[in-house]
Amino acid sequence: MKEIRIIGLLILSTTVLLLASCAPGADQEGLPPSDPADQVLTVMTHDSFAASQEVIAAFENEHQVKVQFLEVGDTGTAVNKAVLSRENPLADVFYGIDNTFLSRALEADIFEPYQSPYLDQIDEKYQLDDDYRVSPVDFGDVCLNYQKAYFEEHDLNPPASLEDLTRPEYQGLLTVENPATSSPGLAFLLATIGHFGEDGYLDYWQKLVDNDLNVVNDWETAYYSAFSQAGGTYPIVVSYGSSPPFEVIFAEEELSEPPTAAVVENESCFRQIEFVGILKGTQQRELAEHWIDFMLSPAFQEDIPLNMYVFPVNKNARLDETFQRYLEIPDQTAEVSPGAIAENREKWIQAWTETVLR
Amino acid sequence: MKAKKHSSGNAPLPLNPMLLLWLLPLAFLGVFYFYPLGNILQLSLFWDDQNALAAFWSSLTSAAAGNALKFTFQQAALSTLFTLILGLPGAYLFARYQFKGKSMFRALMGVPFVMPTLVVAAGFNALLGPNGWVNSLLIELFGFSSPPIHFINTFPAIIIAHVFYNTTIVLRLVGDFWSHLNPRLNDASRVLGASPWKTFRTITLPLLSPAIAAASLLVFIFDFTSFGVVLILGGPQFSTLEVEIYYQTISLFNLPMAATLSLLQLACTLLLTIAYTQLSKRMSRALPLSARGRTQKTLRSWKEKLLAGLLILFLLSFLTLPLAALASRSLIDLSTPSGSPPRLTTTFYQALTRQPQQALFYTPPIFALRTSLLYAGITVLLGLALGLPAAWALSREDSSPLNQILDPLIMLPLGTSAVTLGLGFIVSLDRPPLNLRTSPLLLPLAHTLVAFPFVVRSLTPALKSIQPRLHRAAAVLGASPFQVFRQIDLPLIGRALIVSASFAFMISIGEFGASSLITRPENPTVPVVIYRFLSRPGALNYGQAMALSTILMLATLISMLTMEHFRMGDIGEF
Repeated sequence: MKEIRIIGLLILSTTVLLLASCAPGADQEGLPPSDPADQVLTVMTHDSFAASQEVIAAFENEHQVKVQFLEVGDTGTAVNKAVLSRENPLADVFYGIDNTFLSRALEADIFEPYQSPYLDQIDEKYQLDDDYRVSPVDFGDVCLNYQKAYFEEHDLNPPASLEDLTRPEYQGLLTVENPATSSPGLAFLLATIGHFGEDGYLDYWQKLVDNDLNVVNDWETAYYSAFSQAGGTYPIVVSYGSSPPFEVIFAEEELSEPPTAAVVENESCFRQIEFVGILKGTQQRELAEHWIDFMLSPAFQEDIPLNMYVFPVNKNARLDETFQRYLEIPDQTAEVSPGAIAENREKWIQAWTETVLR
Repeated sequence: MKAKKHSSGNAPLPLNPMLLLWLLPLAFLGVFYFYPLGNILQLSLFWDDQNALAAFWSSLTSAAAGNALKFTFQQAALSTLFTLILGLPGAYLFARYQFKGKSMFRALMGVPFVMPTLVVAAGFNALLGPNGWVNSLLIELFGFSSPPIHFINTFPAIIIAHVFYNTTIVLRLVGDFWSHLNPRLNDASRVLGASPWKTFRTITLPLLSPAIAAASLLVFIFDFTSFGVVLILGGPQFSTLEVEIYYQTISLFNLPMAATLSLLQLACTLLLTIAYTQLSKRMSRALPLSARGRTQKTLRSWKEKLLAGLLILFLLSFLTLPLAALASRSLIDLSTPSGSPPRLTTTFYQALTRQPQQALFYTPPIFALRTSLLYAGITVLLGLALGLPAAWALSREDSSPLNQILDPLIMLPLGTSAVTLGLGFIVSLDRPPLNLRTSPLLLPLAHTLVAFPFVVRSLTPALKSIQPRLHRAAAVLGASPFQVFRQIDLPLIGRALIVSASFAFMISIGEFGASSLITRPENPTVPVVIYRFLSRPGALNYGQAMALSTILMLATLISMLTMEHFRMGDIGEF
């Protein structure tokens, strides 16, 4: 019997510990701090989401609601979670699905259609779903970036097109991300497919391999380890068209101009468009509609660039001055439709892997 | 022993005490591990409306699975081997000798274990990258025209990073067990004329084998399920099962294939653990444990001092140079206009305390640190509360059928794909009373799943080594089981308890769980904030990531030192 007693003691102490450990969690989860409304709108998004406090607060005040954000991993992971939880959705709204993952969500039928009045202010080229299940919010271009100083020192013209990279003077200068593991990596592969066509892109990559291409798995390694701007040895990297202005805004000390530049000419970038949609099964359809309208309205749209490093799709949204000055947005990007991406993603990545990594 | 008499005797016991000990650990594993895992595996295998069995078989026999499995085994075996080669001499030194700064060294050597992979990769790059310390020095000294050392994205990078991460497991687990081995056995052997090597081979090694086996198993499974190291330091040429699972799930959304690979990984973990339990049954024996005061000596001759000094120097430089290189990046700005030399700056630390553009999820470092420490604290408490009864049950009766079955199952959470289990939480913990999908509590619960096997494995060898006659003697003298536990078991395992608590702490504080779970962005942990900085362009963002990593290192170091000095209340250390 004595054994029972000591075991009982252990169980008791564990239960107490369990309860004690629940307390801080419950306390964080419970009441939203000093909120006028007890309504909560839940927005599910990827881990790059960011916004300004006052912009969100304005929405909360106008609609007497508390907006709860849930970060659910990178874009691909977030989409998977939305699809897998479709029977019992985690949120009212999902923001952040892009054109490379769009088909996965549309096939799984996780969105309710909604036609926002603000769509009138958005160019039709961004509106990829005719049934209005998702609405475009922002876009970002994946482009080649180069370190200006390297090309000045070596008296070399910076590359101006995808074709340039196969020339001998650019041998051993380029680092890219693996399309199997990285979103900009996939976008750049799609840029070459859009540019050279399905028949030509593998030949192009073979030439890049012959020209001593470097491949790493993720953007962080490419940009902060391989790229010569941050201590690596490759002066050309696949990054975003918006990276150069951010080198100015987030410089260690004030800079007069960006140390890097993006190659935006000659159809050499791929445009990632991000969408927002109302999740099927929401109990707050009306609030969710307000949120979509809000995200497409100039107030939120103008707040996008400095928080998320991508650009508003609303024509009436004005850009920050630093951006105006250093930003280069390509006139023409290489295009591949979401349907074609969904259908061929595996095939293209495998063919790329065979050509580049084997 | 009492329990044995009950099970063989006629008197029916109301509740099997063994089952009672297992009750909480099993309930926890059942709810937070087996249930979500089973759910997601079932959902995934039957995701497409095709013949699930055929899909399973074709996935299992695919070239991708075969190649990944082969490579995963290779790198894990090599990594474990080198971790032991480096860790065992260190464990010996820490076990047998008393010297100045020992706790500091031990704490320092534990810091790598908690650092997020992206940060460690940055450290290695600052040390061994093309423009890192070593290559710059070599170019300076010998005038190479290009960096002579290629490290990033090579096979050795994977092995070295694994050794870097896991050496502390061997140091702690084996070192602490070793320090309690009675040196009189060795003395006797030497007196009887055996050489030091023969004494080591025939006396020390067999006695140590349970701890070495436990450490090897943990290290191996950690390496076996490695994701970040292989992805970031290994590069695109290498793919482990875990990397392949991520690719199949996220990039291709081939859920049946991902589930098959997860099952394959689990099966390997289970087989390994069964092999381990069979092996350790033959190895472990009750030992005459001694107080550390009696087993440890000081370094006397200059030869001993020199060898010990060299060993510590080597271990320290291997385990702390990448971290020092990393810390240096938090104080040096490399992105100055070309021509001008890099310069010292505190800008990055200052920037950490400023809120940029009224950003919604800005978190001052001190708050992120508080969240991290809170979660780590919960993980330690939960890990010990669940691990202690399980380890106790395991150490009592090897032959109990319950133990036979449960022992290998304990290790499974460690061998489980984080991507898969994360999705399992989403589809399972979604209804009251377990509506935990979006609860902040899910993070420490997930950490506890990983910490639990560590706690059990580091406690079991110590508990098993307690001689039954001590219990019998105490019982004969009229001690209650609680008194026996408090006055005999607790002092004997006090050290092991601290070791397991440190592991639980380290597992939690460095874990970057946000990628597999759902997080509230307003309460991020330190690794999450580091990652936010690292995923954005601009020297200031990178510098802040390095600065916050340095703060995480210091916080870890201080916490480890505090734990080192934590003695089990008035019991005192044995």
